[in-house]
Amino acid sequence: MFTHLLSLLIWLPVAGAIPVLLAGSARPNLARWLALLVAVLTFVVSLFLLLQYHPDAGGMQLTESYLWIPAWGVHYSLAVDGISVALILMSTFIGILVIVGAWEAIQDRPQQYMAAMLILEGLLIGVFCATDALLFYALFEAILIPMFILIGVWGGPRRVYATLKFFIYTFFGSVFMLIALLYLYQKAGTFDMATLAALPLTMKEQTWIFFAFLIAFAIKVPMVPVHTWLPDAHVEAPTGGSVVLAAVMLKVGTYGFLRFILPITPDAGAHYAWLVIVLSLIAIVYIGYVALVQEDMKKLVAYSSVAHMGFVTLGIFIAFLLVREQGSADMAQLGMQGAMVQMISHGFVSGAMFTCIGVLYDRLHSRQIKDYGGVINAMPWFGFFYVLFALANCGLPGTSGFVGEFMVILASFSANPWIALFAGFTLVIGAAYTLWLVKRVLWGDITNPHVAEMKEINGRETFVLVAFAAAVLAIGIWPQPLVHLMDTSVAQLVQQLAIHKI
Amino acid sequence: MVISTHILLTIALAPLVGCLLAGFLGRFLGRAGSHSVTILGVAISCALSFYVLYQLTLGGAVAYNQNIYTWFQIGPFNASVGFMVDRLTAMMLVVVSFVSLLVHLYTIGYMHDDPGYKRFFSYISLFTFSMFMLVMSNNFMQLFFGWEAVGLVSYLLIGFWYKKPTAIFANLKAFLVNRVGDFGFLLGIAAVLYFLHTLDYATAFHAAPSLVGKTLQITAGTHWDAATVICICLFIGAMGKSAQVPLHVWLPDSMEGPTPISALIHAATMVTAGIFMVARMSPLFELSPGALSFVLVIGATTALFTGLIGIVQNDIKRVIAYSTLSQLGYMTVALGVSAYSGAVYHLMTHAFFKALLFLGAGSVIMAMHHEQDMRYMGGLRKYMPITWITMWIGSLALCGVPFFSGFYSKDAIIEAVGLSHRWGAGYAYFCVMAGALVTGLYTFRQMYLTFHGKERFSVVASHGHDHHDDHAHHQPGVLSHPPKESPWVVTVPLVLLAIPSLLIGFFTVGPMLFGGWFGSAIHVNAANNVLGELGLEFHGSLAMALHGFTQLPFLLVLTAFAINTYIYLFNPAMAGRIKSALKPLWTVLDRKYWIDNVYFALFATGSVKLGRLFWKVGDTALIDDAMVNGSVGVVHRVAASVRRLQSGYLYHYAFAMILGLILLLGGYWVVGQ
Repeated sequence: MFTHLLSLLIWLPVAGAIPVLLAGSARPNLARWLALLVAVLTFVVSLFLLLQYHPDAGGMQLTESYLWIPAWGVHYSLAVDGISVALILMSTFIGILVIVGAWEAIQDRPQQYMAAMLILEGLLIGVFCATDALLFYALFEAILIPMFILIGVWGGPRRVYATLKFFIYTFFGSVFMLIALLYLYQKAGTFDMATLAALPLTMKEQTWIFFAFLIAFAIKVPMVPVHTWLPDAHVEAPTGGSVVLAAVMLKVGTYGFLRFILPITPDAGAHYAWLVIVLSLIAIVYIGYVALVQEDMKKLVAYSSVAHMGFVTLGIFIAFLLVREQGSADMAQLGMQGAMVQMISHGFVSGAMFTCIGVLYDRLHSRQIKDYGGVINAMPWFGFFYVLFALANCGLPGTSGFVGEFMVILASFSANPWIALFAGFTLVIGAAYTLWLVKRVLWGDITNPHVAEMKEINGRETFVLVAFAAAVLAIGIWPQPLVHLMDTSVAQLVQQLAIHKI
Repeated sequence: MVISTHILLTIALAPLVGCLLAGFLGRFLGRAGSHSVTILGVAISCALSFYVLYQLTLGGAVAYNQNIYTWFQIGPFNASVGFMVDRLTAMMLVVVSFVSLLVHLYTIGYMHDDPGYKRFFSYISLFTFSMFMLVMSNNFMQLFFGWEAVGLVSYLLIGFWYKKPTAIFANLKAFLVNRVGDFGFLLGIAAVLYFLHTLDYATAFHAAPSLVGKTLQITAGTHWDAATVICICLFIGAMGKSAQVPLHVWLPDSMEGPTPISALIHAATMVTAGIFMVARMSPLFELSPGALSFVLVIGATTALFTGLIGIVQNDIKRVIAYSTLSQLGYMTVALGVSAYSGAVYHLMTHAFFKALLFLGAGSVIMAMHHEQDMRYMGGLRKYMPITWITMWIGSLALCGVPFFSGFYSKDAIIEAVGLSHRWGAGYAYFCVMAGALVTGLYTFRQMYLTFHGKERFSVVASHGHDHHDDHAHHQPGVLSHPPKESPWVVTVPLVLLAIPSLLIGFFTVGPMLFGGWFGSAIHVNAANNVLGELGLEFHGSLAMALHGFTQLPFLLVLTAFAINTYIYLFNPAMAGRIKSALKPLWTVLDRKYWIDNVYFALFATGSVKLGRLFWKVGDTALIDDAMVNGSVGVVHRVAASVRRLQSGYLYHYAFAMILGLILLLGGYWVVGQ
């Protein structure tokens, strides 16, 4: 139906931001409705991806390619595989929810906020379908700008510190990626990612390139020990900013692992897999303890994000052990698929958790856990959703949070029982920090008189939470459609791991 | 005769529909509407469960094992939602749905004045659904789903009165302790997948013999037997759910929840899920004598040492809670000696008499206006005869008095342990035998304190209207009006539970315990078959009961009866004297061996301290201050000193140029030399 579906998906929200901006401060409702219209249209267009993408065929599909910078042979080239499709659909789905979520919460220059959100959405979709390394890099950097604005303009009191920390941290990482890309370019004469993937590289070259990419993407994920920008950024970000940051932007880091480290440096990746695995396990256990003692709800959920993203990196890198040492491509596929499902699931669960915190913040203007207590008495329906997402956050079966973790833990046992032992610890520590939060915020008698005045969620908030709940439960109850969408692509990724370049 | 998929789906989903209707549409359905839909849902499940049991026993149907839908398919690995229904499952279905139905009915009376009435019905129906999914599962994934789902409902129900600080402490504790067990359980499932390459029961059990000789490398040079690793990991899950030492600490605290769920979840059904699971996994456990010895020792320890704590409790529900722990220990011991049928059989009889005891206790608590302390009871038998008689039936069944249902199951376990040669069987035999005395001690003490002797409460005419849900603000031992027998919705379930507590053993012991009734659902190696050996001496249930009167367990119960009768009916002051004479022992039991205190200090406080250390030292001091902001500081300082060079004075720049020239020329000159 569409010949340039991917371009349309990228540019529809970006171009749609212009009329939203033009609506101006004078007509905030017009801006909101226009933004919603653009977001819904983008989502509808993204549904066509499901129709046009053939999961069983595998490979990169819906290819578009135009010469962009002839002097360097840079192309504007796009294509998707099953993993990209899943990530794009998640982004467009959440794109609607952040617009609806900001309806009343953002009163200051709403048209600019909405426009920034739409541009961010378009750029993120671009990252997930770029197949030219320089285009990827350009978009990878460009997403920083709208996020910088979102936090810097609509953020909390320490927003300047948080934005600078966030910007410099990630920018620092991308410099290394740029150097690696330039090296690859002078070697291959192209930025085409498929060509780079096939490029033979010595172990020494692979090692340098591996670490350059690792630094860039590890900061984005974020992995321990370069995670400290995330809690600060989340705390200062407006609710919608936090939702997109946690749900979609973090996935750019792990997506980078899949598109660059796995195909370009498979031997260095296998050699240093243990390093990433250890860092992932530290993220799961150490960050779990750090999350336990947070006094700020947003920080707690931010740390829990770091821990959950640890499962994604773990799932990707145990695949190296399983393929290279155990010769078990099937198990590797299970672990890798778990990592992919965890990416999608974490998008919904963390997005929902941050939305819930936003709902509380809009009413009490505090993120401190101690200011709450007994919220369930005032807001029983909100309590229902909060408990649901909390349970998803601690990986209860029947919710999406379980699926990915289950697969990764099962596969990691085959890689090494010790990995499974540490990874499985999330069952205890994850439940501890999440349900202790629930206990202190939701249960109990009301002690703060302001809590008693909190109003039950309105129709708009209910819509957002119901949408998140539907996604979380759908994946939890029947993950097979999502698994099937990504299955062939995951199998192909695993095959790439097995290829020795030296 | 074939079991229909539709029937099984209806059994599982009917309570879920009830739960959703009462939970989301309760506002429109009202109180009566909410309890009607949930009761209807469970009643449908109960009727169909009986029908499935009939099909499998008398109807000659073969066991059902089919997948309903694919949960995921990745390469060769399949996880499905599916049902395996054989006689073991059918028995569980009947027990769960029957007790659940009666508890639903009972709740109408017990929760009558509670503002959370509809929510409560929604929760117990959700529990029933989850428990069905657990017992009907045909694979490890769904088993884990049911396993965690019943844990979730338990969490929600323990914290049902969410304003009570003790309740929301207890539910968090219960969930976390269960999660420790689930952690082991999940590793066990991962080990199954690793060694047997499947999550499907039938395929796994079929491939189980291939485990023999396989090992798992733990460290260089350390290899553990594959079957032992799998079974111990799975059993750790059972230790959490079935509250075995040292993961038993959550169950007594779970009594913070309303009494109907103590009966349903924390006595009759959910806590027995671990027992059911091990029986279901018998083809795996039979491969590992080491794991079974572990099971045996844990079970024996639980059976004796938690029972002892029950003797010093004053809260009527807590006595029964410790009794539940102890009885779960008995079941675990049975598993440990490969007497799986015995364990499951005791599970069944226990479900009836323990649900009866809890519901009876709930009836007493209602009569006492939510007073649970037995020190303020006494002499209640004349006020509430139905509760009194049915609770005596339950108590005698619990103590294993011949002819009562508990006798058949418990006596078989004790005898089976006596016959076993497994490592640890000697210790276990001592524990279960001593446990018989202990059971008598706490049970008869409870009955006397509650129903007999002098009344230790006073009735003062009420002022204003009665606060039923106001648990905290009444004076102990002072009632606003005299206790009275509970309404029919409460007494009918008591009577309906008293009947199987009294009779079911007599009629079913032959086939179920010694007749191979479970068929292929339970697998026992011929060399381990202690129940088979015991069956050779079985000459009908009448003979077994008559023989029981002459055996040591009954004599021990009789001793306990005599001691309690003397103390509580004839010489009440003696209880205090014994307590002060045995003060150190009493303290140890009253403090529950200090296990809770140690755990709290070690795990709760310790984790928070560790977390704070990680946060303040790791994240804040090392990463942020030293590295991130530290490098910012370095940039700052370098920039500050470099900035000083740009002074703007011409002679500074001229001087620098001359200096540079000299250095350059000097350099050339040195190199040139």
